[in-house]
Amino acid sequence: MTDLTKLTLAEARDKLKAKEITSSELTGAYIKEMEGARALNAYVLETADKAAEMAKASDARLQKGEGGPLEGIPLGIKDLFCTEGVRTTACSHILDGFTPTYESTVTSQLWRDGAVMLGKLNNDEFAMGSSNETSYYGAVTNPWKGKGEDKALVPGGSSGGSSAAVAARTALAATATDTGGSIRQPAAFTGTVGIKPTYGRCSRWGIVAFASSLDQAGPITRTVRDAAIMLKSMSGYDPKDSTSVDQPVPDFEKALTGDIKGLKVGIPREYRVEGMPEEIEKLWTQGIDWLKAAGAEIVDVSLPHTKYALPAYYIVAPAEASSNLARYDGVRYGLRVEGKDITDMYEKTRAAGFGAEVKRRVLIGTYVLSAGYYDAYYIKAQKIRTLIAQDFKQAYEKVDVLLTPTAPSDAFGIGEKTDDPLSMYLNDVFTVTVNLAGLPGISLPAGLSARGLPLGLQLIGRAFDEETLLRTAGVLEEAAGFNAEPDAWWRA
Amino acid sequence: MTQEAASKLIEGATGAWEVVIGLEVHAQISSNAKLFSGASTEFGAEPNQNVSLVDAAMPGMLPVINKKCVEQAVRTGLGLKAQINLRSVFDRKNYFYPDLPQGYQISQYKHPIVGEGAVLIDLPGGEMKTVGIERLHMEQDAGKSLHDQHPSMSFVDLNRSGVALMEIVTKPDMRSSEEAQAFVRKLRAILRYLGTCDGNMEQGSMRADVNVSVRKPGEPFGTRCEIKNVNSIRFVGLAIEYEARRQIDLIEDGGTVDQETRLFDIKTGKTRSMRSKEEAHDYRYFPDPDLLPLVFSQEWVDEIAKGLPELPDEKRERFIREYALSPYDASVLVSEKAIASFYEEVAETSDPKAAANWVTGDFFGALNKAGLTIESSPVSAKQLSELINLIQDGTISGRIAKEVFELMFDSGDDPAKIVEEKGLRQVTDTGAIEKAVDEVIAANPDKVEQVKEKPKMIGWFVGQVMKSTSGKANPQTVNELLAEKLGVSSDN
Amino acid sequence: MSVDQNTVRHIARLARIAVTDEEVAPLAKELSSILDWVEQLGEVNTDNVEPMASVENLALPMREDVVTDGNIQDQVTKNAPGADDGFFAVPKVVE
Ligand SMILES: [Mg+2]
Ligand SMILES: [Zn+2]
Repeated sequence: MTDLTKLTLAEARDKLKAKEITSSELTGAYIKEMEGARALNAYVLETADKAAEMAKASDARLQKGEGGPLEGIPLGIKDLFCTEGVRTTACSHILDGFTPTYESTVTSQLWRDGAVMLGKLNNDEFAMGSSNETSYYGAVTNPWKGKGEDKALVPGGSSGGSSAAVAARTALAATATDTGGSIRQPAAFTGTVGIKPTYGRCSRWGIVAFASSLDQAGPITRTVRDAAIMLKSMSGYDPKDSTSVDQPVPDFEKALTGDIKGLKVGIPREYRVEGMPEEIEKLWTQGIDWLKAAGAEIVDVSLPHTKYALPAYYIVAPAEASSNLARYDGVRYGLRVEGKDITDMYEKTRAAGFGAEVKRRVLIGTYVLSAGYYDAYYIKAQKIRTLIAQDFKQAYEKVDVLLTPTAPSDAFGIGEKTDDPLSMYLNDVFTVTVNLAGLPGISLPAGLSARGLPLGLQLIGRAFDEETLLRTAGVLEEAAGFNAEPDAWWRA
Repeated sequence: MTQEAASKLIEGATGAWEVVIGLEVHAQISSNAKLFSGASTEFGAEPNQNVSLVDAAMPGMLPVINKKCVEQAVRTGLGLKAQINLRSVFDRKNYFYPDLPQGYQISQYKHPIVGEGAVLIDLPGGEMKTVGIERLHMEQDAGKSLHDQHPSMSFVDLNRSGVALMEIVTKPDMRSSEEAQAFVRKLRAILRYLGTCDGNMEQGSMRADVNVSVRKPGEPFGTRCEIKNVNSIRFVGLAIEYEARRQIDLIEDGGTVDQETRLFDIKTGKTRSMRSKEEAHDYRYFPDPDLLPLVFSQEWVDEIAKGLPELPDEKRERFIREYALSPYDASVLVSEKAIASFYEEVAETSDPKAAANWVTGDFFGALNKAGLTIESSPVSAKQLSELINLIQDGTISGRIAKEVFELMFDSGDDPAKIVEEKGLRQVTDTGAIEKAVDEVIAANPDKVEQVKEKPKMIGWFVGQVMKSTSGKANPQTVNELLAEKLGVSSDN
Repeated sequence: MSVDQNTVRHIARLARIAVTDEEVAPLAKELSSILDWVEQLGEVNTDNVEPMASVENLALPMREDVVTDGNIQDQVTKNAPGADDGFFAVPKVVE
């Protein structure tokens, strides 16, 4: 028997279809890995029994030659996705014990297509963070360690549970969400592939909201092909989400032709930020060379408002969050701390239920929306957003896709940046522009840092042109030939 | 200042004061389902029964707008002769209250669906006045908190949460409680004509926030107080009367009016302050990122306009023109769509002026006395027109007709049937009347003597003859015969 | 410092988050440093720029006026920390 957890999603799918393996075997192997990797703290809830049951049902369908595109594939689900009858907390104390009576649209599509749920994955509380250290359930540890180091590193965030689980092979793939880089940055930190599709491509219904105009679901996977397969199942118009876009979902896997001859790739000069480590710069240049070698044409482009994306994001996202999180009031679900009157109950509940970073952002958001500040902050930031979107629009008149680094550094140590919110925020400097403009972006592993840690390259596409994005990513992946793996130090 | 305007002033110790009134009327949009969810709007369900996961603000739930509610708002805007905005925006109004599950109300703030318009109000004595409409916007209703069910707890029912409301804001154009009441009455009539709100104030389908200030005539506006949620036309009047007097007394005693929200207490007939000043709200409005701007075409508006019914003002004009009614009668008849339709049905087959007299006179009187609405009237329009025609063709006298009407109202029988069964047909046979006249003259020789001195006594003889014929004798014939036989002139 | 301690208390009150006296000073410092940093947006001339309303330039989709939901009182109150007779129960609200 092959080592089942070594298979990519595409390989496993083919073997399941060919009845070379069963989902029960595959899922069993993953349950074993999941239970053996608790040291990573990637899962906040394991649903092994449910997984075994779903695998059995998948096998029955596969046996009859039936089954969907993900039939029998064991997945981890970010705790931001509401799962019917399975505790969902967004890794916040304030949603203590909350068990939805409903299933998010994205996960329901995964189950429709035959996938199997292994459990709920850790994330930064309400997806607010870039290191998965703000979770009520504690930090996730990156499976990767620096060469000769024993220091525990962050897996990136907010989808740190997802990136760690996929990197440590405790899930074949995982769902994730990205508001400012929360799929792509953790993918970069863990040597995995993460795609944030165009805003409106995936339904937000049933996903705990952080910042509604920026949030998008997407997968974290081992390969670009796996990302294409997952994305197809996760995508699609949903009449229950008014911002969901009624566009046909292409067969993304078919886009992976390996042919990018004549493709115009833009290199935005403003992404060459001050103080960027040389190895990141080098990797970027390497990426350019790979694409050139594959027949792409490289074009210098300018995105002049890039520098203002991060501060604009830190107005818009907290503003929306301050309002989105107002529903956590101790009345209808989750935590309640009793008080002497209703206001006291609210204040105590929210003080106890939210962690420091969430409070910080709720307060910032409350401030920038409050009387007298709204125009100076919120409206100003939304105008900057318009300018950023225009920058991209102009660039796409000349190019088909943009190439940038994913993150300004490799994975840092747990606790290293928790005292300095601003230095933490800077992690998203290359990813956040994409959310502000609603565009698709993908991160793929392209090399190792001097410390032996994964580094990612990011491709940014036109709205609803995930196909070009995936096709280009496939070529880069092939050229990079990234096959490094972390040592399995976490195995119990 | 006109004489009418002067008569509305309120006398204070320091001279005359003018009260300035603006209204914000919340009218529930008639629809099957809620504004942003598929739950029913039906009144009187079990607690939390007409509640969807969206209305309860469960994590990850999203709003999707009900097209009918938009159409109803447009219809209403057209009925108010107002500007229809083809692009409007939904904002979030953020505040905490247990019956506001999201922690914000979805409303329209900067860009409402309907702009400026005008309503013509009918005042006593046939006076008309235009009240300006500032705007109409759509918003969600809140749930209901019950405070008197438990010593230390309040109970929350979300059945109304998310029901669609139109908030109709007037300009500060009203100058007396009568004008404000006339406005609400007229607005209610327009909404009911349009079918966009049932106008049922007892069930809370319509309620008014009343802004009241006072000033010396010709001076700038004074500081206003907002009296919240007044739920009957009568209370609108009482609240204004009380509040205007309170403000006048306060200022005349050397005090100043604080801008504040007040409540009208129906038990005491007084208004009282609702919130302390430190609780001043900062609603932090911003566009709801879960909803795109609401955009529709002029063609759609034109389509809706085509389906608009004849409204009270147009109907009133037509009644005056077509039926030669007095402006007063016309106003009364168009005040309710059902009354106007009833009247028109009567007038279709009988004399329109007689029909107006009957509908506004005996018919309304009988309905009022019995506490019935026009919809539950025991006398149909067809029956009333038959009755009028029986008078018109001389079958019965006007006096007998009143008797017949009472019998119709009690039994629901046709007038012809009652006239036949009770033998109420008018006697026009001169021979029979002459016989009765002769009998009366023969039986009262003393009165015959007296009438020669006092010709007015002929009335007594008429009465006696009518009595002996049970009122069925044609009064004209009786008069003529008596005059002739008694030798007095009949026209005194 | 753009945010003083009173402002922290005020916005915490608006956001209904209790803050202890010890929390106020560090919060004022953190929030100030974030707000000072976003001040750089002032460098950009946005005079004739429309604020972004939505990333897609689409009109709001509308649904038909049909009752498709509700009658799930058990689901609605299932997770409630306080519920009684189908109602949510909260500490008494005084108006
Ligand atoms: Mg109001
Ligand atoms: Zn309102």
